[in-house]
Amino acid sequence: MFEIVSKEKLGPAVFRMDIAAPDIARKHQAGNFIMLRINEEGERIPLTVADKDAEKGTVTLVFQAVGKTSAELAELCEGDSLLDFVGPLGKPTHIEKFNGVVVCVGGGIGVAPVHPIACALKDIGNRVISIIGARSKELLIMEEEMKATSDELIVCTDDGSYGKQGFVTEALDEVIRREGKENVALVVAIGPVPMMRFCAKTTEPYGVHTEVSLNPIMVDATGMCGACRVTVGGETKFACVDGPEFDGHKVDFDELTKRLAMYKESEARAMKIYEEASHGGKRCWE
Amino acid sequence: MAPREKTPRQPMPEQEPKVRARNFDEVPLGYSHETAIKEAKRCLQCKKPKCRQGCPVEVLIPQFIGKIAEGDFAGAAKTLKEKNSLPAVCGRVCPQETQCEELCILGKKEEPVAIGRLERFAADWERNEGKVEIPELAPATGKKVAVIGAGPAGLTVAGDLIKMGHEVTIFEALHKPGGVLVYGIPEFRLPKAIVQAEVEYLKSMGVKIQVNAVIGKTRTLQELMEEDGFDAVFVGSGAGLPTFMGIDGENLNGVYSANEYLTRSNLMKAYLFPEYDTPVARGKRVATLGGGNVAMDSARTALRLGAEASICVYRRGREEMPARSEEIHHAEEEGVQLNLLTNPIRIIGDEMGRVSGMECIQMELGEPDDSGRRRPQPIKGSEFVLEVDTVVIAIGNSPNPLIPATTPAIETSKWGTIIADEETGKTTMEGVYAGGDVVTGAATVILAMGAGRKAATAIDEYLKGK
Ligand SMILES: Cc1cc2nc3c(=O)[nH]c(=O)nc-3n(C[C@H](O)[C@H](O)[C@H](O)COP(=O)(O)OP(=O)(O)OC[C@H]3O[C@@H](n4cnc5c(N)ncnc54)[C@H](O)[C@@H]3O)c2cc1C
Ligand SMILES: Cc1cc2nc3c(=O)[nH]c(=O)nc-3n(C[C@H](O)[C@H](O)[C@H](O)COP(=O)(O)OP(=O)(O)OC[C@H]3O[C@@H](n4cnc5c(N)ncnc54)[C@H](O)[C@@H]3O)c2cc1C
Ligand code: SF4
Ligand code: FES
Repeated sequence: MFEIVSKEKLGPAVFRMDIAAPDIARKHQAGNFIMLRINEEGERIPLTVADKDAEKGTVTLVFQAVGKTSAELAELCEGDSLLDFVGPLGKPTHIEKFNGVVVCVGGGIGVAPVHPIACALKDIGNRVISIIGARSKELLIMEEEMKATSDELIVCTDDGSYGKQGFVTEALDEVIRREGKENVALVVAIGPVPMMRFCAKTTEPYGVHTEVSLNPIMVDATGMCGACRVTVGGETKFACVDGPEFDGHKVDFDELTKRLAMYKESEARAMKIYEEASHGGKRCWE
Repeated sequence: MAPREKTPRQPMPEQEPKVRARNFDEVPLGYSHETAIKEAKRCLQCKKPKCRQGCPVEVLIPQFIGKIAEGDFAGAAKTLKEKNSLPAVCGRVCPQETQCEELCILGKKEEPVAIGRLERFAADWERNEGKVEIPELAPATGKKVAVIGAGPAGLTVAGDLIKMGHEVTIFEALHKPGGVLVYGIPEFRLPKAIVQAEVEYLKSMGVKIQVNAVIGKTRTLQELMEEDGFDAVFVGSGAGLPTFMGIDGENLNGVYSANEYLTRSNLMKAYLFPEYDTPVARGKRVATLGGGNVAMDSARTALRLGAEASICVYRRGREEMPARSEEIHHAEEEGVQLNLLTNPIRIIGDEMGRVSGMECIQMELGEPDDSGRRRPQPIKGSEFVLEVDTVVIAIGNSPNPLIPATTPAIETSKWGTIIADEETGKTTMEGVYAGGDVVTGAATVILAMGAGRKAATAIDEYLKGK
């Protein structure tokens, strides 16, 4: 059993949890993720490790309640436990000291997985410009943390309720023009699929290498089932072991979008049953 | 001596095909005491039993059958376990018709003794009567062994080594021990309670099982040996990497590897959705590609998930199908259609990215290939479209590269299997042994178990010399 050591609400339906998992805390590197299962009837879901504390033996998750499992997770409180927790999984982000600036882009909940990558790139001596965005002010997360690890932080909201008004892609385009495309060594973009797709579209004409972190549906996340397959550069890859980060210019985003919709009806049904049954259940976050 | 009375081979009662094709309960129901004794009495108790030569682990076949004939079921179970640590499993899933029963002398004139059914009977009797005894363990040696993977190979190694007095910890990547026995083979063929009982038995002897431990990620093999103090390691990580066809349309929604389809259904219990959270496509017309046990399990699962048509597409003929004959028979009885000498060319999708059909081509058998089987060749112009909404690919599995990739001292073959000595399981890395599917490529439960047995003996010897 894996105990929830602390929990915090970061925004509407967005939560941060520290989980006691010393083995994973010890081995985790930026870019890794975990799989968890809440209880015996539960589904295995992947979540990125947003931070760790090797000394305390905890890892931090930041997640959004979007369906049955994440909503059920959101209902758990400090002191509750998860039945299964396995990791660190996936290839860690390739970290090196580049000649040139690196740009880290986080959209919505994607700011959480970008954060450890920005830290690792910064720690090794890179100049890091970060761009974070959300639909509106109250959906923006981890601004302070991103500021602390970036040489420059640009904040955007779609509705202009905070920071610059507009999409992260517009800010990204400006940064590349301003710095000069040959001076931008790497862009890392993590967020909803459309956001990653448009970030990759933005950088493509400049020829700036762009890593995106793909989030296909997974089952085992050890390379055993192929549920997570994505097409990258015309080849089938298993995101859980070959990724989750890939060259954004080569990813077939259309296919990924369609594959993510595979269980839409089942998901909606599970959520409906859950909401009806859990009405009045404990909600320590409200 | 009175001439031996001819008794026919005793059938095993089964659930009705129409009924069972819609539930996940076990298909064959087992022998009663009387039937088991009657069947056991058919055995001639040969002086030089042919059957034993057909058994990869040389189970004392006439001896255990003799005990059943005498009504000594406990003795029968004990005799079985001298050679086979998982008789309740093997009695259900071994391909007896190409092993012990193929060679049984009775098979020359009439039908062979139902060795598999008797094996199952004795093991089930022992478990159901609560007669499984915890054997005496050798005095503690103070040596620690790590076993990677809780499939039949790993479970066998663990059971043997703990009896020899060593400390044993199994590391399993998934959240449940059992390997293919829990995630692959369906409940209707191998009830999970049986695997669970085997696991509990190991635990009761003191074997530690750590689930959610992916070796190569959570810990590396070197760390187990250098930092965690394990004196030897057994790698039984199986052949869990699914092969795809490499044809167009394979990433459409509704196309599964058999591993995914079966894992969702068995391990994650998607057949009980929404009581359990994991969903699986409940296709109306399901095509399964392949002709082995994995394909039969998938095609039969499709029926139980509500398919109106479950079509097995195989490129060779019926004779060449590698599945156990009982599985093919059961599948056909339940309504699985066999589309033999047929090969898929591409999977067709609709605008939403869902499977809507599969184009196939008819095949004919040509000259024998390296495996001795006649090579199938496409018949020009015979293309046709099969209307399906779900496709399950069951054409094979190979070893997961994770452990070799993170353990440079372990050498692998060009097929990705770990190179290990056939008699001992010794790999190219000091103190590391391997066996089961990770060494042989996808094979059988009994071979994995047998490899585990041999490796346990070799590890014991290695530890004594340390
Ligand atoms: C490697 C990886 C890392 C991830 N890291 C995080 C993270 O740090 N924080 C976080 O909040 N989420 C993360 N996700 C997504 C997270 O796994 C899903 O949100 C979760 O599985 C949804 O489960 P559910 O039962 O709550 O919702 P479901 O009922 O399964 O789905 C509800 C909605 O979410 C969409 N959805 C389902 N699965 C995914 C998925 N894998 N990715 C994106 N959308 C999905 C569905 O299309 C549907 O619209 C990650 C996914 C992957 C593959
Ligand atoms: C659907 C299906 C039906 C079958 N039917 C039959 C049948 O009827 N009769 C028969 O004889 N055989 C059958 N087989 C084959 C048989 O199941 C296998 O040959 C046998 O299970 C191999 O045993 P194993 O112990 O080598 O590996 P497995 O059973 O594959 O177990 C390996 C275990 O290792 C774990 N593992 C892998 N990597 C790691 C890691 N890095 N760290 C920790 N753990 C890890 C896996 O999760 C798994 O639990 C079938 C196979 C399948 C898939
Ligand atoms: S070969 Fe057949 S008859 Fe002879 S001992 Fe074996 S099972 Fe009995
Ligand atoms: S999730 Fe099963 S192979 Fe990636």
